[in-house]
Amino acid sequence: MDIELRNIHKRFGPVHANNDISVVFPAGRITGILGENGAGKSTLMKILSGYQPADRGDILVDGEASRFSSPEDAIEEGIGMLQQDPLDVGAFTTLENFVYGRPERVLPDWQAARKDLEEASAHLGFDLEAEAPVERMSIALRQQLEIVRLLALGVKALILDEPTTGISAEQKQTLFAALQQLAHRDGVIILLVSHKLEDVITLCDKVVVLRDGRRIGEEDMPAPGETDPATLEKIKSQLVHLMFGQELGPHVRLDVPLDKVVLQLDNLNLRDRRLQIENLNLSLRQGEVVGLAGLDNSGQGLTMRAICGLESVSSGRVLLEGEDMTNRSYRSFLHRGVVFGAAGRLEEGLIAGLTLTEHMALVRSERAVLDWPALESYTRDSLKHYDVRGEAEDRIEQLSGGNQQRVLMALLPANPQLLILEQPTRGLDVESARWIWQQLLERREGGTAILFSSAELDELVAYSDRILVFHAGRVHEVSDVAATTIDELGYLIGGEFKQV
Amino acid sequence: MRNLNSGPGRLAFVLLPVLLSLLLAALLVLAVGREPQEVLQKIWQGAFRNTRSFAGVLNFWIPLTLASVGLYVTFRAGLWNIGIEGQILAGAIFASAGALTFDFPPEFAPLQLLLQILLGILGGMVWAGITGALKIWLGVNEIFGGMALNALAGVWGIYLISGPWYPEGGSAQQSRPFLENALYPPLSREWPVGLLAIAMTAVAMVLVPLVMARTRWGLQLKATGSNPRSALLLGVPTSRVAMSAFLVCGALAGIAGSYRVMFTYGSFRPLVAGGIGFLGLLVVLLSTMKPLWIPLIAFVFSAILAGSTRLRVSLQLDSSLAGVLQGTLVLVFILFQGLRQRLEARRGDQAGDASQASASSQSGLTG
Repeated sequence: MDIELRNIHKRFGPVHANNDISVVFPAGRITGILGENGAGKSTLMKILSGYQPADRGDILVDGEASRFSSPEDAIEEGIGMLQQDPLDVGAFTTLENFVYGRPERVLPDWQAARKDLEEASAHLGFDLEAEAPVERMSIALRQQLEIVRLLALGVKALILDEPTTGISAEQKQTLFAALQQLAHRDGVIILLVSHKLEDVITLCDKVVVLRDGRRIGEEDMPAPGETDPATLEKIKSQLVHLMFGQELGPHVRLDVPLDKVVLQLDNLNLRDRRLQIENLNLSLRQGEVVGLAGLDNSGQGLTMRAICGLESVSSGRVLLEGEDMTNRSYRSFLHRGVVFGAAGRLEEGLIAGLTLTEHMALVRSERAVLDWPALESYTRDSLKHYDVRGEAEDRIEQLSGGNQQRVLMALLPANPQLLILEQPTRGLDVESARWIWQQLLERREGGTAILFSSAELDELVAYSDRILVFHAGRVHEVSDVAATTIDELGYLIGGEFKQV
Repeated sequence: MRNLNSGPGRLAFVLLPVLLSLLLAALLVLAVGREPQEVLQKIWQGAFRNTRSFAGVLNFWIPLTLASVGLYVTFRAGLWNIGIEGQILAGAIFASAGALTFDFPPEFAPLQLLLQILLGILGGMVWAGITGALKIWLGVNEIFGGMALNALAGVWGIYLISGPWYPEGGSAQQSRPFLENALYPPLSREWPVGLLAIAMTAVAMVLVPLVMARTRWGLQLKATGSNPRSALLLGVPTSRVAMSAFLVCGALAGIAGSYRVMFTYGSFRPLVAGGIGFLGLLVVLLSTMKPLWIPLIAFVFSAILAGSTRLRVSLQLDSSLAGVLQGTLVLVFILFQGLRQRLEARRGDQAGDASQASASSQSGLTG
């Protein structure tokens, strides 16, 4: 089976997520889809696997145009996608999960299914146990189960979305060996969505690079087992250039004197379901801006939340002006002038259904009985000052993303000690983003320390005094931001710490 | 979206379900071989034929409204306080304990009454507080915690009348009758209804919506109920706010429970809560969180329930027919609410395409 995508377009409001992408995936080949956050990788794969339709363009399976309105349709055509979080049913056993997607019968033939499962597992070198409950299995095993399940449903093209996140090196080897076998021996099309240079170079036959929703280029990868460092180096640098493209803008650090230490992280250890961050040390001074770089879910979000009491700290200490605040509640951080702003504004930060005045009343009113007229006029002034296009009585969800972010700015306390901001300019147009930074830098001049994450290298370099690069929970500090290059950051983000 | 919320659109969504459920109810009555008109008439008479029957309606309306107003508070905080039934019963038990223990001289009768009501409030608050503590500090969903505490209060009530409160020479159906000092004084012979309780209900139904609309606490409740995570980030003490909602609801339920034992029955019996709490959930759902409707809806329910007791006498129909009528009304109403939400969502999709799209682009662009 061959798959061809022709002139695929997909828009989300103002964002052109997939812009005229054409690409061919031949049978028996492993193709890597590489790109930084927001490049359009996931969007394209969701279109191909039936999770969402394209606005325009064709999907050709063996030369015939196909339309999928659901993942089931795609699976019927032989295209299956392995999600980053495998879509299994936790309470079921391996065997039950293996069986439940099968369309043909109401009463499954358990014995035959068990035989199929065990054979498929052995064939690919997996070690799945039929009776093991899925909720106690590692992500790697659940991936194996999902691969076996999709193949049993007749899938001839397998899409894997960041499959090496959260699994061990050994498990990765098993997975890669199985994928190579599937492609090169059984003729299955394998598509690997990844941002890890090392992974795509090791595994893929060919890599397609996306940037800003466009297909930027394509590179053939060396044969498996290529060890010549010069060859590998050359390929890496080509890929980094394709991924990140443009040169960096200037570093515009204003000379604000750095004052006393506000925040100190002392051998911090954090973990969540996917990630583990070990021995993180950082000290942040008044007026200092530290940027957190890295692709989504590399540990920046976990770190920022743990610093202000929204995630728990396994060990180590969080010191605020010398006082141990480890694992204190967010409210106690807030009382000390530490404010967190999440990337998902309407999920974490603003409250859909409440008006702008009500938001203002929540953070500003000191009195038990609310003086609505006064609050309303205060809100109106504030909206004018922050240049928000919206009325005091509008509900927050009626505003555009940029205006919501402006409202969040208006809701901040006047002189916070420390602002922890997750992707503060995500989804904003250039002008709004610049405006937000103007506000933040004003606060910095008042002594506020800022810790922010971003997917935009430009933004990180332009505003940070130092940059911490996160990759799969590992952290590397870039202390001389003015001297850094796009390549250096690109390597670090892709997990190539040793190159630096 | 607008024309569903105001003007003729909104009116249609209120009137249509009423008409439809009346039609369904009429068909139902025809099916059991009666004249719909006749049944309606009998219910009306049962509720309003004289002052005593009207008082009967009010005696049901008082605890139902109190419970519903309490539930309005917990709903506002995003909580499904199914445990309200147990909170009413706990209030009744605490108030009964006072009634069976105290015997103040006549000149201090008001003090005794007050103490018993306070005990009832305390009982409801304790029961609600346990549900809240389970929810907030141990992560037990308030629906499960509430169900368990409902059962526990029920068992406790049965234990009390078969043990400590077993009446001399009586049966284990109810405690001994309370002394007159221990009862809410009736308004008059023609109006057997507790004036004090009506006053408390009236205060609650006016004060609670006012507090919700005008105070920081009310706003914090709304914020917590709409999005607890964001509320926390905006500095709302969400745990404390949720707990306070439980306690306020428990207090109102406790008054309701005290009225049931200290007026309606004049003794303690295990089934004293009588499903009022659950009915209150329906009242609040039907009010679509518009608190001014709560007393009115509660009144309609009370009239149907109190009025239908006459059906058996006059038409040899079981009074549970009233329950069926009421159920039909609720079902049709909720059906229409769902329909309306769908319509609104569809219109919202069309109107707010741009803002929706930018929201979805954030989730869709992780690659």
